[in-house]
Amino acid sequence: MNKFNPERRRLLQGIGASAAFAAVPGTALAAKGKKPVGRVVVIGAGFGGATAAKYLRKWSHGAIEVVLIERQKEFISCPTSNEVLAGHRKFETTVHSYYNLKKHWGIKVVTASVTDVDTEKRVVKTDKAGDFSYDRLVLSPGFDFNYDSIAGYDEKARETVLHAWKAGPQTLALRKQLEDLPDGGTYVLSIPKAPYRCPPGPYERASLIASYFKEHKPKSKVLVLDANDKIISKEKLFLSVWEKDYKEIIEYRPKWNVVALDAASRTVTSELGEKVTGDVLNILPQQRAADIARKIGVVNVNDRWAEVNWITLESTAVPKVHVLGDTLSAAPLMPKSGHMANQHGKAVAAAIVEIFSGREPQPTLMANTCYSMVDGKRAIHVDSVHRYHPEKKVPLVVEGSGGVSKEASVEEGIYTRAWATTIWKDVLG
Amino acid sequence: MKIRTIPLTLALLASSAGLAQASGLPQTPPPYFAANCANCHGTDGKSTAAIPGIAGKDKDWLEEVLKAYKQGTRPATIMHQLAKGYTDEEIAILADYFSRQK
Ligand code: HEC
Repeated sequence: MNKFNPERRRLLQGIGASAAFAAVPGTALAAKGKKPVGRVVVIGAGFGGATAAKYLRKWSHGAIEVVLIERQKEFISCPTSNEVLAGHRKFETTVHSYYNLKKHWGIKVVTASVTDVDTEKRVVKTDKAGDFSYDRLVLSPGFDFNYDSIAGYDEKARETVLHAWKAGPQTLALRKQLEDLPDGGTYVLSIPKAPYRCPPGPYERASLIASYFKEHKPKSKVLVLDANDKIISKEKLFLSVWEKDYKEIIEYRPKWNVVALDAASRTVTSELGEKVTGDVLNILPQQRAADIARKIGVVNVNDRWAEVNWITLESTAVPKVHVLGDTLSAAPLMPKSGHMANQHGKAVAAAIVEIFSGREPQPTLMANTCYSMVDGKRAIHVDSVHRYHPEKKVPLVVEGSGGVSKEASVEEGIYTRAWATTIWKDVLG
Repeated sequence: MKIRTIPLTLALLASSAGLAQASGLPQTPPPYFAANCANCHGTDGKSTAAIPGIAGKDKDWLEEVLKAYKQGTRPATIMHQLAKGYTDEEIAILADYFSRQK
């Protein structure tokens, strides 16, 4: 085994394979009577962390003990939450249990908040479930808002001005505001400068809320204030749908950076001093790596995101801490998406299994897809395949790979919903 | 006791294969990148959703279909774009892997 030359190793691991390693039936996971080779603690059970936890168990044949710490009792999917806002989907269908991760994969799922991590002694401390020591830490806590980026977005204002950019109670609250909006009212959506979670998400949200208005409140308007120079994802596709279907409803203003808001008068102010008033304000502040990542010391890019080694996704700042998902300083053209976080989770799991097996981790391929619904039935997509570049030491989009839909279609609307159902199972099942 | 266990431990650590074997870890890595497809086709290619499952399909068929997507000769909404990200060698590995999932 040690005699493998690097090329053969590369083939077998990163991109290659032997037939012998097909599925691992859940029952074989027990690694009966054997002591675990080590313990991995995963912080955050979203698309990234839960995937890492599951695939660590699967690929180690149960030899690695996994503790998954998450403050929410259940998984709530951000992808598809825009459909909930439009009334096209029930909120309950976006909520999923961690049961299979516990029962089928033998993961210790802990409902608690992480209060601190001692990266010297390698111990994670939680508010109500005690401490957990680790051999490797996987950090997938997502992002937090930088409310300071908008004057007046204080705690009081946040009671009525919502972001709904982390799915959950805010999703339902914003839906309620839209339902209560009288016909003829204005919904204002403001988009921060990239990078932020889910690049096409705001444009999907504008489309879906417009489709709700078109059917139920045809005199209402969607006003999009975008801090970016233009629509940053699937621009032509969104514009063509808006032109054809929502011409009277959606108004789009690029380079409109919200710097202040007044919740009482429901007014926002731009960098240039322009003012806009609406009936429902849906304001997304700037985003940065989650506070816990900052506390642990992995946030080392612009004081905002975490840099990693792109083979192992290990932090360049703190050893034995692997970072993934929205928390990362992304590779070129790599979006902050649930699909991508799932891929990061698999890359981390593969690297850690290799390390515990005494082999050297090899770069793996990753791929992204972001589907967006544009009305109750049709969708569009953007996709890309990313391959590690040995000199530049980052994954780059494979030339000629990826692209966008030709046009919005019902067929892709069906695939979008199939994608959601399937990825939820891949993450949690 | 201690004296006897030390050489054993050393022997195991000396070889990664030994380490993997003793612990239950797989001795040879699987094709990790095949999990790229799981997001849409299900873990190990098993799915009953509208995007079809690909587990247990004929190996030659899988290889043929993926190459046709790559060349743009098989109609698709997305697979023609994704398939272009993989080498022919990788496509053969994917076809082999998914054909063996039952
Ligand atoms: C983003 C979702 C997505 C990902 C990721 C994806 N596929 Fe697909 N796949 C589809 C869709 C959708 C179709 C139907 C054809 C189309 O419209 O592109 C399909 C069709 C196929 C088919 C033909 C199935 C049939 O019964 O006709 C094969 C084989 C296949 N994919 C293999 C793969 C492999 C291998 C991978 C990983 C390298 C992969 N796919 C990744 C969405 C995906």
